[in-house]
Amino acid sequence: MTVGLHHYLVVSALLFSLGLLGVVTRRNLLVIYMSLEMMLNAANLALVAFSRYNNRLDGQVMVFFIITVAAAEVAVGLALIVALFRKRQTAHVEDLISMKY
Amino acid sequence: MSAFLPWVVLLLPIISAALITLFTLKNRAASACLSIGAVLASFAASLVLFAQGASGESGFTWLSVGSSSQGLHVDMALRLDPLSLLMLLVVTGVGGAIHVYSWGYMREDPGAGRYFAGLSLFTFSMLGIVLATNFLMMFIFWELVGLSSYLLIGFWYERPSAADACKKAFLTNRVGDFGFVLGILTVWATLGSLNFTELEQKLAANPEALGTAATLAGLLVFCGAMGKSAQFPLHVWLPDAMEGPTPVSALIHAATMVAAGVYMLCRVFFLLAVPGSAALEVIAWVGATTALLAALMAVQQNDIKRILAYSTLSQLGYMVMAVGLSATSKDPTPAMYHLTTHAFFKALLFLGAGSVIHALHHEQDIWKMGGLAPKLPITFWTFLVGTLALCGLPPFSGFYSKDAILALAWEDHNYLLFALGVFVAALTTLYMFRLVFVAFVGPAKSQAPSHAHESPIVMTLPLLVLAVAALLGGFWGIDRLYAEQFNPAALPPPASWPHQMVAPFVHAPVAAGAGLMAVFCGFAAAMALYWNKVQDPLPSMAGPLARWMRDRFYFDELYAKIIALTQETLARAADAVDRWIIAGLLVRGTSMATELTGRMLTLVQSGNLQTYALLLVTGVALLLFFMLVG
Repeated sequence: MTVGLHHYLVVSALLFSLGLLGVVTRRNLLVIYMSLEMMLNAANLALVAFSRYNNRLDGQVMVFFIITVAAAEVAVGLALIVALFRKRQTAHVEDLISMKY
Repeated sequence: MSAFLPWVVLLLPIISAALITLFTLKNRAASACLSIGAVLASFAASLVLFAQGASGESGFTWLSVGSSSQGLHVDMALRLDPLSLLMLLVVTGVGGAIHVYSWGYMREDPGAGRYFAGLSLFTFSMLGIVLATNFLMMFIFWELVGLSSYLLIGFWYERPSAADACKKAFLTNRVGDFGFVLGILTVWATLGSLNFTELEQKLAANPEALGTAATLAGLLVFCGAMGKSAQFPLHVWLPDAMEGPTPVSALIHAATMVAAGVYMLCRVFFLLAVPGSAALEVIAWVGATTALLAALMAVQQNDIKRILAYSTLSQLGYMVMAVGLSATSKDPTPAMYHLTTHAFFKALLFLGAGSVIHALHHEQDIWKMGGLAPKLPITFWTFLVGTLALCGLPPFSGFYSKDAILALAWEDHNYLLFALGVFVAALTTLYMFRLVFVAFVGPAKSQAPSHAHESPIVMTLPLLVLAVAALLGGFWGIDRLYAEQFNPAALPPPASWPHQMVAPFVHAPVAAGAGLMAVFCGFAAAMALYWNKVQDPLPSMAGPLARWMRDRFYFDELYAKIIALTQETLARAADAVDRWIIAGLLVRGTSMATELTGRMLTLVQSGNLQTYALLLVTGVALLLFFMLVG
């Protein structure tokens, strides 16, 4: 059995779904954040797979961009979470409902 | 020259009105000079035109919409023909006498500048109606007459009664004018033109052109005349218009305004007289009703100006009846003839009444006058001339014109209207001699007459001029001049004075005899009832009838009730619509729906991050589902 495009896509979809599940169900902001990263990487995986399948480099170039932007985004996000924790002494989403009507 | 001169006639008064309003409002003498000068110059120009026997139309296309055959084309042009030439002379001539008289009457009034501006505007508007070549132009000036009458009736606007009277005149006229507009639109819709000449040609080529709308169009156009010429049931404004200064009453009642309605009917007579139209019949009966009711009311009025006002109403009824009776002869000459002579003697009577009022320091109740004849000799004698002319005693002008109307009814075999006309003539003599006997002869009934003295020459001169016109108007061949317009084929040869004097007796002896009988009966009744009386004997004799006559058959009260009722119903309906539909459904409904939706949507705003994420994901999932599956 050779590993084809659909295997990669299935793995990518599973990763995306796991990440989504984590985002929706977990309570800790850090974990939610990591789940988000997982969703990003699922997309990356799909892009690389398509790139390889089509014998074109566009997808891989895009992945590089995503990784770069994700790094910056992680820095900003973590900084926000740290700042939030300093202010509220918590990183749980149930405690962060001051935007409620 | 002949194209230019009519514009001079028309525009001089409005120029004077503009100059007075802009520059000389505070300067009473200069205002009066401007106004009097303008109207006299107009009169002179009219005389020139009349002497030339000018005819034709001059002007320019004012408004042109659509194609040349189908569209709407309105000229701003002036029409000269025997009808408008004579009317020009009446308006500027009688109007001129009234202008001159006004200077004596209104000299002391601080608002005299405004007054003369109003008079000039009034003259301008009336000249516009006379000279108009088409319905739209006539309607514009028609409304201007309404406006200027409003301004002049309400001249003493600080008096509530005057303010009410001018509103009443304006609003009552508005009712009639609405019908007039509808009539104009009907004519335009069926015949496709507004120009009188074109309309006449079209109807001459095809008398059936109006089709089923003939009666409707005629009656709607008559509505306008009903308002302006104060015909029953829109007659209520005219007596109240007495609240204006007396010369204004003279102007409204003689030369302008009320004459406009009858003039318009004669101008568009070809439209009313088309075969298959019942309009003229209705017009005749409306006129007769007005004549009778007004004459009855006049018998029991005590205000000198009101008596004259009702007499105007009654005479207007005569004229309108004459228009209606011209159905078979196709020649409304008698109506215009009576309009002209009436302009002479009614202006004379009103100016005479003004002279009396002036002498008595604004006392208008005839039962507080008496014995004025020796104190105001010129006023008395000219007033008597006017009275005799109005009653219709030969050789005064009124006899000839009234006889023409009675003869018309007789020849038309309309004996009911003939009898009505004769009866009204008797009533006319009764109330006019009641006025003369009570106010001028007989004992003085209060202190006021003892201090009376004759008015200045500027007031008596117009009286004398008008008295000459009222006396001799029957011999000037006015009827012949009008007949030139309406019936040029059957024009009688010009007759000498003695012939004209006896012509009615030769021509229609029954009508002339009946008219004379009516005068004598009325005079005898007035003699018996009012000679040397200090109190009105009629209320005790005729009881409720006299009360009804005095209270004007309760028309004002009836209208007040009807208007109040409709007003109230309309107001209630409007209130309900406003309260329940507009405020309830539209305004509050919208706000409540918005609020309810908002309240429901706030529930989604839980503040929980993951709820939002879930909603977002669900939304994306749904979108994906519909895009991929649907």
